[in-house]
Amino acid sequence: MKNLREILRYPTAIIGLVIILGLIGVSVYAMISMPYSEAIRLWRGGENVWAQNPKTAAPTWVNLFRRGNLPPTIVINSEDETVEKTREVVSEDVTDVDLSFTFDYPYHGFPQEISIFFDAEYEEKQPHVSITWLTPDGRELRIGSMALDSRSMTYRVSQDDKLQRRLRTDLPTHEALFVDDPTADTMRLVQGTYTMNVSAKVFEPDADVDAELVVYGQVHGLAGTDHRRRDLSVALLWGTPIALAFGLLAALGTSLTTMIIAGVGTWFGGWVDGVIQRITEVNLILPVLPILVMVGTFYSRSLWLMLGVLIALYIFGGGIKTYRAIFLQVKESPYIEAAQAYGASDSRLIFRYLIPRIIPTLLPNLVTLVPSFVFTEAALALLGLGDPILPTWGKVINDARFNGALYQGNYYWMLEPSFLLMLTGLAFSLLGFSLDRIFNPRLRGM
Amino acid sequence: MSDATLTVDAKGKARGKGRTGSSTAARVAKYAGVRLVVLFFTVVVGIYLVVLVANMGGYVDEIRKGAIREQVSIAVFADESAEMRELTAAEKRELIEERVAVEVKRQGLDRPFIIRSFAFLRNAITLDLGFATDMVSDSGSKLVRLILLERLPPTLLLWGAANITLFFVSLFLGLFLSRKYGSWLDRVVIALAPTSSAPAWFYGLFLILIFAAALRLLPFGGMVDAPPPESTPMYALSLLEHLILPASAIIISSIFLQAYNFRTFFLIYSSEDYVEMAKAKGLSDRDIERRYVLRPVLPTIITQFALLLIYLWMGATILETVFNWPGLGRTLFRAIGLYDTPVIVGSQVIFAYLLAVTVFLLDIIYALVDPRVRIGGEDRTR
Repeated sequence: MKNLREILRYPTAIIGLVIILGLIGVSVYAMISMPYSEAIRLWRGGENVWAQNPKTAAPTWVNLFRRGNLPPTIVINSEDETVEKTREVVSEDVTDVDLSFTFDYPYHGFPQEISIFFDAEYEEKQPHVSITWLTPDGRELRIGSMALDSRSMTYRVSQDDKLQRRLRTDLPTHEALFVDDPTADTMRLVQGTYTMNVSAKVFEPDADVDAELVVYGQVHGLAGTDHRRRDLSVALLWGTPIALAFGLLAALGTSLTTMIIAGVGTWFGGWVDGVIQRITEVNLILPVLPILVMVGTFYSRSLWLMLGVLIALYIFGGGIKTYRAIFLQVKESPYIEAAQAYGASDSRLIFRYLIPRIIPTLLPNLVTLVPSFVFTEAALALLGLGDPILPTWGKVINDARFNGALYQGNYYWMLEPSFLLMLTGLAFSLLGFSLDRIFNPRLRGM
Repeated sequence: MSDATLTVDAKGKARGKGRTGSSTAARVAKYAGVRLVVLFFTVVVGIYLVVLVANMGGYVDEIRKGAIREQVSIAVFADESAEMRELTAAEKRELIEERVAVEVKRQGLDRPFIIRSFAFLRNAITLDLGFATDMVSDSGSKLVRLILLERLPPTLLLWGAANITLFFVSLFLGLFLSRKYGSWLDRVVIALAPTSSAPAWFYGLFLILIFAAALRLLPFGGMVDAPPPESTPMYALSLLEHLILPASAIIISSIFLQAYNFRTFFLIYSSEDYVEMAKAKGLSDRDIERRYVLRPVLPTIITQFALLLIYLWMGATILETVFNWPGLGRTLFRAIGLYDTPVIVGSQVIFAYLLAVTVFLLDIIYALVDPRVRIGGEDRTR
């Protein structure tokens, strides 16, 4: 209690604690709002899961820093109320189904792509659709007509070369549809209300056509999307509990085992101590990261295996020397002698008398160790050795690097996970620094 | 390493000035000898562990045997010559078995892995690193030793330049701050010290983002322009241009913590009683600093430097990969991607030796500056 009150006297400690609590809050939120299996399904999902997301779209908040807003993705389904759907029987065999999609476009940027997803119901005779486009300035453009040769067909307006030739333009079709004169040298984006009409002819009494218009935007959600249209918020949210769990487990695992080994070694002395000292020296020569990399390439990339190997490599790390120096001093204290005199067992002496004495050194060390493990996980991901299933911050950075986020100016892609990594690192490190000052009276006032 | 011992002897004698000269030199030499033996043993054990991991405890042998069998069967079945066509399927199978056995024996795979692992160990320790399975050096050789030697200078250049700058800048910054204790600069450095929790490659990403991607001032990575400039001054300039970002990343990632640590050490030592005493005697600040503060802090400073070097050797792989720096670290990364076991083991051996030499040299320097080793030294040689 006394220590806790003392912690609150350090503003840096409070900042660190608040950030850590915030990260824990985010972790809990992530785990509640999106179960583990769901997060993995989403992250491993391909086009079928993320069909309605744009590719590498910046987060929506970039609009706050721009004069004109960039468009978000507009999705209109003909089953929505905003879409006018009329059905008219022309003859015994032919029925007209008209769909009218209307949407507002007040943005200062072109969409990324336009796609229409058809959903047709028929027995044998394929429905026929023709699509027209109404601009706010009153022009009517024919987009195309086609037979729906499967029950769920996708028409990608952006990839229609015929349409581009018909519009006599060099612009990609999805941009040409939004300018005042696609054939001119200088053209202007027209803002206002657009309408897309789909008129379908179905040749069976029970047949029907529904469609979904997706105008892919340039911004998406709170975090943006990546090259596989995945919403980055999944990885950023779920990366938090994974990073915290990895960092905390590794720090706890290594610190506690190191402490116990140092305690046992110093207490028994002699050959036990000698062996431990030698192992520590061998361990110093072993390069940690390359060994992790080898384990990752040769055996398995599971995050939890990496955690185990990391702990195993750090157990005999430099910490042993520090703890040993303290234990050697403590071992000579009168209270240890007293305990021996009343016949305390070795294990009781080690765990009840020796180890509690180094908690003040251990605690700041433990807290400052957390960031280094969090960054190690990210480093492995950066080398392409990230866990194949889990969404982690490091994997997002790796994706961003490999898909040229820096060359193409998609800075958000790299900055978002980096910011979270930095925040985590700083929080633990700020707290660790303050704890160090609290538990080391010599540093106080310096 | 024997060179190092010799210079130490000479220095030890020079320092001893006759009075305790020979015994000091002998002590330091004995200390160095013991350390050398211990470190060598350590390197041997460390490299053996690496050999085990890199061969997956013998599993790589099975993969290679499988590959031999496949190659041999394809060769036999693809052979359309007259005498081959006359063989029955059983005879062909026999022929395959025969040829596989010869090939396995030729590559030494018939002996148990444990025995061969010791052969690997002996080769590794004597730096007889063998041939790479896939990788080729720039000069076209498949000798692992040449591949790695070609990559050593870039690594030494980057880490040497960055570490030496880092060490001296942070040392003098720390000294300066301890004098200006409590000033705004002091507070800024204290506040920035926690930023060192992020590793160098992390700052590297940011530096690339700012100076290469956004401002287009400096190159994204690599070591020289492509094609490399012809004239030596232009080459050096290009090299320098490419060195700035990775070296800055290393420096930024540790300078504040280093300076903070040095400053704190200096402060602790300048509050000792004997320093107060010296002040009371009226000695100048400069004299106090040099004789009473810097002197006892020296071993600590050297330890800091040692730890810095050791940890930075380990960080090389990622930083070099991020910056496409053609050093040992990136070679290791590529070798792992190609499952090129000889190169992996080879670069580990080089790393282990570099670490051991670092540790050894620092031990010697430590022995020279630490009076407990120089004068009484028995307890430290444990």
